[in-house]
Amino acid sequence: MIMKTKIKIENLNLWYGTFQALKNINLEILEKCVTAIIGPSGCGKSTLIRCLNRMNDLIDSVRIEGRIFIDDVNILDDIDVVSLRRRVGMVFQKPNPFPMTVYDNIAYGPRIHGVKDRKTLDKIVENTLKESALWEEVKDKLRTPALDLSGGQQQRLCIARCLAVNPEIILFDEPCSALDPISTGRIEDLIRKLKENYTIVIVTHNMQQAARVSDYTAFMYLGEMLEFDTTKNIFTNPKNEKTESYISGRFG
Amino acid sequence: MNVYKEEKIMKTLLWGSALFTVFILVVILSFLIIKGAGALSIDFLTKIPTDSGEKGGIFPAILGTVYLVTIAVLTAAPLGIGGAIYLVEFQREGIITKIIRFGADTLNGVPSIIFGLFGFAFLVYYLKLGVCILSGGLTLGFMILPTVLRTSEEALRTVSRGDIEGSYALGATKLQTIKNIVLPQSLSGIITGIILGIGRAAGETAPIIFTAAILNPVLPKSVFDPTMSLPTHLYNLVSEATPDKLLNAYGTALVLVMIILITTYSALLLRRYFTRNIRR
Repeated sequence: MIMKTKIKIENLNLWYGTFQALKNINLEILEKCVTAIIGPSGCGKSTLIRCLNRMNDLIDSVRIEGRIFIDDVNILDDIDVVSLRRRVGMVFQKPNPFPMTVYDNIAYGPRIHGVKDRKTLDKIVENTLKESALWEEVKDKLRTPALDLSGGQQQRLCIARCLAVNPEIILFDEPCSALDPISTGRIEDLIRKLKENYTIVIVTHNMQQAARVSDYTAFMYLGEMLEFDTTKNIFTNPKNEKTESYISGRFG
Repeated sequence: MNVYKEEKIMKTLLWGSALFTVFILVVILSFLIIKGAGALSIDFLTKIPTDSGEKGGIFPAILGTVYLVTIAVLTAAPLGIGGAIYLVEFQREGIITKIIRFGADTLNGVPSIIFGLFGFAFLVYYLKLGVCILSGGLTLGFMILPTVLRTSEEALRTVSRGDIEGSYALGATKLQTIKNIVLPQSLSGIITGIILGIGRAAGETAPIIFTAAILNPVLPKSVFDPTMSLPTHLYNLVSEATPDKLLNAYGTALVLVMIILITTYSALLLRRYFTRNIRR
């Protein structure tokens, strides 16, 4: 099977004011694979994935140079950010369901994009909840506040909410760091299942998690991408000595 | 003196300060009720005053105050909430936000009689609106504008950043995010600001004596007519204190306080209704 490149990052540099957070990043992310980005705190991994849906636009002092192609279109050009964010969904570190009902949370995306028909919305809610393995747990609670769900359920709800706008790419920004091991396991199972249909980029602190869910792994350190390879190679035969000492737990 | 004793004394003193606040409220309210309840009757609330307030009711004053406060809120709420949204969501922190905030805080410190003078010079004379409900309502609106703006700004700042980012990440525009996420979550605080504004606008005398108030007991036909109002009527009754007028003055004061309490309480209920689905 020939893998298609979905995202191509070229010579990406990013500054917060005068501090350079990303230094000449080059990376190719393949379609329908899970790519993990690992590295110690403050290495720039969250900053990097927040470039992919232009979330950094919300921060005043950010300056970006370089190019990021998604399906051969440079998203750092003057493009329609709204349609970009529809195509590139994001799941955040802390589960952030809106203070609305379960149903309204999932319907939020479709509604802002103009879906009004009740039956269509019902269908989207059911399908995405099934896809995110939450349907059985919440099918009788669609009208209850989303914030009454457990942390792990909230995070799966956020995944469902993200699926509801039909993205092609899903970015996970440390999705399990606020969750217990059982909820974490469920989310990891889900990520492995979702890659059949979506291109997935996951930032994680947890190296075992990267090893469990990803096909490719990039190691970042102080704003630079030191190594990128298949996950198997990174964890069994790292070429860079920094990578080796990080994955063997000598710093981090 | 040992530390436990010291703490006990301090605690008592602090408890006393807290209690004193409630004490004053209770004293004022019971004073008004004792002195003014005798004046209250259906006629008092629904009839126009006769013999320059000695007899009759205070209906035109009640109506005038309701009109004035309504116009004040209709002026201050859109401007204040709009300004606050601009400050929080559209303008990065810097010299401009500092100037706006400093301006609002200074405006908040301007004495109400100065607002009255401004309303008189600018609205009544320069814009030729005349002494009328509109002039008075606008003057009151300008007076409570900084309160509404600053409380709304505080409320908007408490909205969860995670929710705002979540909305943008789904492809929502700024306006959609403000409408669906930011405003619903900050509505409670915004309503609190408006309540504070209503309380102040209803009770102030100085801004309206030159801009809206008259002594003649006629009902206004439009916002371009002058009107009686509760605080100015109260002021006039007290300054010519005959026993009957004084009784009616207490009655007027009681009605004014009750209108403010009822409005505040309804707004609190409204706030609870609007925020029933929002829990954090």
